[in-house]
Amino acid sequence: MADASGVLVIGEAHEGQLGTISQEILAVGRQVADDLGEQLYIGLLGDTLVNASAEAISYGADVVYAVTNPLLSEYQSECYLKGMESLCKEISPNVILIGRTNQGRELAPRLAFRLGVGLAQDCLEISVDQANKTLLANRPVYGGSAVAVISCNYTPQIAAVRPKVYEPLAPDNTRQGEVISFPIELDNETPASRVVEVVKEEAAGIKLEDAHTVVSGGRGLGGPEPFTQLEELAKLLGGAVGASRAAVDSGWVPPSYQVGLTGKTITPDLYITVAISGASQHMAGCSSSKVIVAINKDSEANIFKDARYGVVGDWEKVLPALTETVRELTQS
Amino acid sequence: MPVKIGVLAKQVIDPEMPAAAFQIDSSVKQVVPPANIPPVVNGFDENAVEAALQIKDSQEATVTVISAGSSFALDVMKKPLSMGADELVLLQDDLFNNTIDSFQTAFLLSEAIKKLGGFDLIICGRQASDWDNAQVPLGVAELLGLACVSLGKKVSIDGDKVVVERLIPDGFEVVHAPMPSLVTVSNELGQPRYPTLRGIMAATRKLPTIWASNDLGISPDMLEPRVTLHDLFIPERDQVCEMIEGDNEEEAARNLAQKLREAKLI
Repeated sequence: MADASGVLVIGEAHEGQLGTISQEILAVGRQVADDLGEQLYIGLLGDTLVNASAEAISYGADVVYAVTNPLLSEYQSECYLKGMESLCKEISPNVILIGRTNQGRELAPRLAFRLGVGLAQDCLEISVDQANKTLLANRPVYGGSAVAVISCNYTPQIAAVRPKVYEPLAPDNTRQGEVISFPIELDNETPASRVVEVVKEEAAGIKLEDAHTVVSGGRGLGGPEPFTQLEELAKLLGGAVGASRAAVDSGWVPPSYQVGLTGKTITPDLYITVAISGASQHMAGCSSSKVIVAINKDSEANIFKDARYGVVGDWEKVLPALTETVRELTQS
Repeated sequence: MPVKIGVLAKQVIDPEMPAAAFQIDSSVKQVVPPANIPPVVNGFDENAVEAALQIKDSQEATVTVISAGSSFALDVMKKPLSMGADELVLLQDDLFNNTIDSFQTAFLLSEAIKKLGGFDLIICGRQASDWDNAQVPLGVAELLGLACVSLGKKVSIDGDKVVVERLIPDGFEVVHAPMPSLVTVSNELGQPRYPTLRGIMAATRKLPTIWASNDLGISPDMLEPRVTLHDLFIPERDQVCEMIEGDNEEEAARNLAQKLREAKLI
């Protein structure tokens, strides 16, 4: 596809609105499109996309392809893949950027294989190699212990970008763009798998991904009970409680608490870790926190390498005193 | 008819090794396998073996483990057999050494699956702890035209369908998929079972099937890489941690709270 041109962002619309992740991916997409001197497209899938389309233009898209079909009103991988595949064949983009969300984790590899091309997965940084106009992607590997720089050998070059890495551009409602309607045919048989039930088990209160302060506990807590103390501190700070994979694997808290490579990516202003050793796969989910505080009895623990402030000590002694002082300071 | 289950597994450098042992040879852009620390079966793939064995616990089933690579530690790769899997198929060839290229690995595995006559259900770990690509399982599903459900925390078979509890950010959803299907599983599935003594004895007697490129009818031109690795490095950390001290742990904690207050973080 020598004539491939344009940067296509695969967008996410939720209840007719543009998802935050799409705002982020449009920001990196804008930069890549400008570096390549090409147009920035976004493909949105759904049944009503008028608002999301206008938002996409204000966040940097030149052209919106509104891929519509009643079966696209909810995310279903088979239907979404068919929609994306049709769009890619129609417009032959040079680059495809996808947010590595729950949807993106499925769509990006399957789309790449369907198109017979490569994918740079879970990228932290995307740049353009001006010498040959190809995409260079930095991505963490080995659980975040190393970074690989890779490029794709075929067009379209596809990259899945980690959420919360790129800041959305400031929305500009005066930006001009084009919205192209792209209705697709899907027969009712398309979905091979179907969701029959959804079970929510997230903690009450503020969402972990949105919290400005997060207090997380790890293996060193030794059981589920100490999480009550973490909750007390988090509540005082208006924050949320998270956990390391070890705490989740031990069954102390539900999987929705997990921060890390295979859990949630968080970027709070303040991240307090209690009895977490700081394995690279945990840090992969929290290393963009503005300030990390580590409480750990092992002064050699990895977590102190990423922390701004540290206390070496037994959490059973440190945490109650910390909570008490925080209470005094914040309520006086 | 027993349900035919395939599990895809990868041999990886032990992710639990000490951080100091993690080194990169930048001339070949590869991680140096640490001396004296044997490789392991990728952790999520052990979860996949466990998921397959749970099905085998409740109904008639055969479990075949398939792996692709250029050099295997046989005693390591036999672990799924000692856990209770029936067969081990190793795709081993010097040609199969490009482990960062997910297309290549998925292609090899899908060719082997075809040669084995296909499966009713294929279970894989969500990603490998070395390249964290999370692409091969989904790629195999695409190459074989199978339905695919990712991030399972529970997998069972109910009549002619596969039932998966699939993780979503705020809980899980129950998904029904037809057979054949491919399912990826995550650590939330629970601890893989330990090999029993009887399992270990049985595994020592079992010989893996080993297929090279010519057994699979694969020539180098079929393995054209989809991605190029330009660099591999250990990221530098410039963070300096300020250790908050005190006469005792309680006082250190109080000083920490003061510090956070001064920094306007609380």
